Amino acid sequence: MTGADPVVRAEGLVVRRSGHTILDDLTFTIAGGRVTGLLGPSGCGKTTLMRTLVGVQEITAGQLALLGVPAGHPRLRARVGYSTQDPAVYPDLTLNENLRYFGTVLGLRRDRLTAAINKTVGDLDLAGLGNRLVGTFSGGQLARVGLAVALLGAPDVLVLDEPTVGLDPVLRHDLWGMFHRLAEAGTTLLVSSHVMDEAARCDFLLFMREGRFLAEATPEQILQRTGAADLEAAFLRLAGGPREEAKR
Amino acid sequence: MTAEAAISWTLTSATARRVLAQLRHDPRTVAMMLAVPSVLMILLRYTLDNPLALDRFAPVYIGVFPFVIMFIVAAITTQRERARGTLERLMAMPLGKLDLLAGYAIAFGLVACVQVTVVLVISLTWLGVSLPGSAVPMAVVAIFDAILGMALGLFASAFARSEFQAVQFMPAFVLPQALLCGLVVARDQMTPVLRWLSDVLPLSYAVDAMQRISTSASWTAAIGADVAVILAFTAAALVGGALTLRRRTR
Repeated sequence: MTGADPVVRAEGLVVRRSGHTILDDLTFTIAGGRVTGLLGPSGCGKTTLMRTLVGVQEITAGQLALLGVPAGHPRLRARVGYSTQDPAVYPDLTLNENLRYFGTVLGLRRDRLTAAINKTVGDLDLAGLGNRLVGTFSGGQLARVGLAVALLGAPDVLVLDEPTVGLDPVLRHDLWGMFHRLAEAGTTLLVSSHVMDEAARCDFLLFMREGRFLAEATPEQILQRTGAADLEAAFLRLAGGPREEAKR
Repeated sequence: MTAEAAISWTLTSATARRVLAQLRHDPRTVAMMLAVPSVLMILLRYTLDNPLALDRFAPVYIGVFPFVIMFIVAAITTQRERARGTLERLMAMPLGKLDLLAGYAIAFGLVACVQVTVVLVISLTWLGVSLPGSAVPMAVVAIFDAILGMALGLFASAFARSEFQAVQFMPAFVLPQALLCGLVVARDQMTPVLRWLSDVLPLSYAVDAMQRISTSASWTAAIGADVAVILAFTAAALVGGALTLRRRTR
């Protein structure tokens, strides 16, 4: 990555589902090698945008490209990692069986597969759980299994939908540390959250509301521009005042 | 599109092993898949309580019971894959649709082999069903019937939005076929419309093949023709399943 070429490029991106406009004419870029936060209230279109990026949501109008290739192109399937809000793993398989299967699908074989599993399991603090059925895991452990599958293939782009929900603060801190280490190594991360205290941990922010972006800037720029004390206040100001937000 | 048409043996066998591993962790389901056809045969034996009638009906049911059970199991399993989000995850990964469906077909096909072997052994020994020839053709056709049921179940699940709907596809897809396949009334005694319907339903050929095997000492061309139709329906259902499996939601 030269840094000059954005990894994600959207132009006039529109997604409509059963008559509702979910993504409303979005034009944006996401730069490589940093952590971009997608922040906004639930129902604002974060998940739909992420599903569109990984190619499982049809685009109504406009264009969306990742790594210079249209979203959903077969060539992207091994290069883009995706974790959903629900863990989307097999509860009736053990952790190892889940990771072996998804790893094989991602093209990892034998030694490389074993090495990738060991590394991911260590990174996500899941060591020692390999032979347990995932269905018996706690909510926080389950969320990390979903994340593990996304990380397994060491993808160039990571799309993580609310990856830290329900995790204890220590683990959350560790995960954000890992996201930044991955970004330094060249991975492009898009991380969604509805918790504003996570916004400050991102290199760049997309503030989203009702299918549109309120702001696309670094946390510092947003604070400066709005004159707000913190990012939550900045979001409220950008969204048109605290009173309207309080009613929702 | 060429990527969609290709099938990878590694990914297909990984999927088959994954489905079998899921079953291994669910021994109660496996026990039911293996035992239910046999229990039904035992019931049939004692309700008919007539060796001649049993020789006539038992082969037909040996073809039908595994068909029905495989239909339900396959329909529910794929529906669960949709509901849990694992299908969406796989569709965002480099897995071909045919890899997924063929993996399912192989895993459930192996289960069908065990299922049919158990019901055949019990029928031919304990229950005293007698065949004019070898049991091998019957085993082969019964396994094909079970795989046909599985393929139709996979296809049907594409139209189910919930597990509740998927369960209801059993009576909706399977019971009309059971009524029209010659099990209740011989097909040549049906009115033309029903006869025509019966001709286009796959279970009719499954039952026809089993009836022919139970009255013929050797493999005949007519049995071969029935088997060809069964395999064609199976292939069509798997391809239909791949076509209805969408990578992208609208």
